[in-house]
Amino acid sequence: MGLGTYDFALAIGGEAGQGIATPGDILARIIVRRGLNLSTYNAYQSIVRGGHIFLTMRISDAEVENHGDKLDLLLCLNQDTMDRHQRLMGPGSRIVYNSDSVTPGSHDNGADLCGLPVGELTESRNRLVQNTVGMGAIASLMGIDFSVLEESLTLRFQRRGQEMVDENVRVARAGYDYSEEHFKPFDQSPPDGGKPLAVWSGNDALAMGAAAAGCKFYAAYPMSPASGVLHWMAANARNLGIMVRQVEDEIGVANMVVGAAQAGTRSMCATSGGGFALMTEAVGAAAMMEIPVVFINVMRAGPSTGVPTKTEQGDLWQVLGASQGDFERIIVAPSDSLDAFNTMPEVFNLTDKYQCPAIVISDLYISEGRFSVDPDLINMHPGIDRGALITEPSDTDGYLRYKDTESGISPRALSGLEGYVHLVATDEHDEDSTLISDEFTNPHKRRQMVEKRARKFDNILGDIQGPVLEGSPDADVTLIGWGSTKGIIDEAAGSLNASGVSTSCLHIKWMVPFHGDEIMTILSKAKRTIIVENNFSGQFARYLRSETGFAADGHIRKYDGEPFMPHHIVDGVNAQIAGNTDKYVPYQEITV
Amino acid sequence: MATTEINLRPADFKGKSNPDWCPGCGDFGVLNAIQRAVAELGFRPHEIMTVSGIGCSSNLPGYINTYGMHTLHGRSLAMATGVKMANHEMNVIVTGGDGDGYGIGGNHFTHTARRNTDLTYIVMNNQIYGLTTGQISPTSSLGMTTKSTPFGNVEQPVNPLTSAIMNGATYVARAYSGDVRHLSELIQKGIQHKGFSIIDCFSPCVTFNLTNTHDFFKERVKKLEDEEHDTSSWELACEKAMVFGDTIYTGVFFESDRAALEDVEPVLKEGGPLSRRELGLDKDEAQKIISRMM
Repeated sequence: MGLGTYDFALAIGGEAGQGIATPGDILARIIVRRGLNLSTYNAYQSIVRGGHIFLTMRISDAEVENHGDKLDLLLCLNQDTMDRHQRLMGPGSRIVYNSDSVTPGSHDNGADLCGLPVGELTESRNRLVQNTVGMGAIASLMGIDFSVLEESLTLRFQRRGQEMVDENVRVARAGYDYSEEHFKPFDQSPPDGGKPLAVWSGNDALAMGAAAAGCKFYAAYPMSPASGVLHWMAANARNLGIMVRQVEDEIGVANMVVGAAQAGTRSMCATSGGGFALMTEAVGAAAMMEIPVVFINVMRAGPSTGVPTKTEQGDLWQVLGASQGDFERIIVAPSDSLDAFNTMPEVFNLTDKYQCPAIVISDLYISEGRFSVDPDLINMHPGIDRGALITEPSDTDGYLRYKDTESGISPRALSGLEGYVHLVATDEHDEDSTLISDEFTNPHKRRQMVEKRARKFDNILGDIQGPVLEGSPDADVTLIGWGSTKGIIDEAAGSLNASGVSTSCLHIKWMVPFHGDEIMTILSKAKRTIIVENNFSGQFARYLRSETGFAADGHIRKYDGEPFMPHHIVDGVNAQIAGNTDKYVPYQEITV
Repeated sequence: MATTEINLRPADFKGKSNPDWCPGCGDFGVLNAIQRAVAELGFRPHEIMTVSGIGCSSNLPGYINTYGMHTLHGRSLAMATGVKMANHEMNVIVTGGDGDGYGIGGNHFTHTARRNTDLTYIVMNNQIYGLTTGQISPTSSLGMTTKSTPFGNVEQPVNPLTSAIMNGATYVARAYSGDVRHLSELIQKGIQHKGFSIIDCFSPCVTFNLTNTHDFFKERVKKLEDEEHDTSSWELACEKAMVFGDTIYTGVFFESDRAALEDVEPVLKEGGPLSRRELGLDKDEAQKIISRMM
């Protein structure tokens, strides 16, 4: 991680509506086509125009799953960006800006100032033209050949006509040539990484994983940062034969998905914490009726509306406790975009096998981040196992939907089959679905059904991969994380090891079922354990303690809405080794 | 529609359990009318899914021999929409009460009408919350005294028919459960109608609503069929639906042939029910997706 020969980060800042996405996308494509790795984080606010958007792109010839610690190049699309971030740009870095409208301030930390007289260079009054001029200058500074940029601009704009292509190439060329003449390029230019890579967001990966798993029904109510799943599904639905419905509210979404799953399709919905709160009654309904359904909760900073465009790992206890009653559910927190993709078919297979709801918890950092991925690692045809599903009619009688079997799993018939007419009910019911909740409440039958449902989970741990300690078992420090922080923690551990602090990592993906014994076997031998998580109260630390009795030696927590950067964790570990604290909260340097 | 050559009798649609409704409850008439309707239409039990929410009337799927889902309070229409989308060859009947459908489930009622999903929704409207032992419902009359309104209800009731018409339902009817033959006819038409059919059925609660009783309705109901009512006019339909006094109209108020959701949803154009399709992705389509990411 981050140990390549090339490690470069650039940022583009401006306000919403200034078209930051376009240069970001064009540069991303250039990078991945060259076979280089990419990790992108976009900091933004919940407004359509104005505010401050700050897109960070890290480029490396090694795998990168986070946006890193430093910035080499900053493109300021407005004065605000210069004012906010100039002080972060140290010696050797470059700040590119439109000198017609942006003036550098007094926070000079030694960056090269690369002002572009955009008006003079372009003779254009289009306010978006500075983005393209800036891209030209970036290409020049980074040492990317102009023909590469020209090709990308052509691909990007050809649908809008040759005139559009020519105009963009012309102004990009102006920026490129001006930069060649006036500014000092970086010493190192992006190497050729070999095989071209693909680029996706975590939300793309979740949606694609579900599609590959055979999800045929997807419903949603738009909510940041989960809407990307809806957008991917909607864009691809027709070609893939997936039905996508935008529904009146998340209550409708969740119940519609449960209904579709009962009829026999693999079904899914995605939302963020607030929407998931509305869905929770349906989670319990799926558990009680034993219907396999996949819910995705893409976490954002809460509580309540919270900070809609910021990240947090604050919903662990929400999903653990979602819906009334005492029942079995699967909860999994993928650790990066490819893991998010691979988790989906696995989760669909598990929910089908165990006939229960599953909740996938992602967060804004993974879901809205854009990452490079090796296309050969994307298995669009994973194994599909629907478990004990009856799909052919029968002329025998006596089907019991909730038959009390040894495994607790009762064969489930597709709705509409002759010979398997049955009822499913959210009321407690008998083996043949007769309600025992109202008139005929029977404690022995109730106990039987509770135990039948619970028994399904007796052996589920054997179906999933347990956590593995990365690094030496004798390490001085063991960092424990869960979900989206894996790439950041791994890189921090690499830096710590390089600086002489031997560090291992234990990353937990499966929350329920939980590998309590395996985790304890690892942690009981660890010297100093530190739990890293993106929330205030240590939700995972408390969960780990409740499941195992294990209390970690220290904690690193961040709850300001921004994701960790690797050095935050390095600093936190060093502060704890120095005995300064056992709960370190890093300071967020980049204010957006 | 139905594929059988053996005609089943209403009794063949009797469920495993006997209803636990109070003696004299209007819901018995609704259950009989549904069983009669599906038998007369020639259906077999596996061709139908009955979906309900929660409440006295929502226990109905347990009493009828069809596929069934006894879901959450207020969520029957959402669940049923999911069922219908996943298997649009299934005939989906939705049953429930006025609190379930017009109160807690009101948002889904509005939007199911708008979508015009091909569901037949039969609401057993007793204008009271019965299972919770007598509180006002969204259709309770002004002034009604209940446990939650000991000094009389001050809130105006909703009008489910005008609301359904305004929001896009394409078959809007009202019935009285004491007239099983008429109700059964209306249900049959509703099932045969392609699109969202709502049959609001007065189904008296003999225990907790001592105002809107069987006698109350017997004296007042008047069939629209006897009135030469034009069911294509939403204005006339709403006018008739607003009448609630000495005369209360029953019958079909409004009908339209606006396309049902299943018919405008491109994914259902060919390939049969979603629930029967191959799960794996087409190799070429999968490759196209990857190529677009590069």
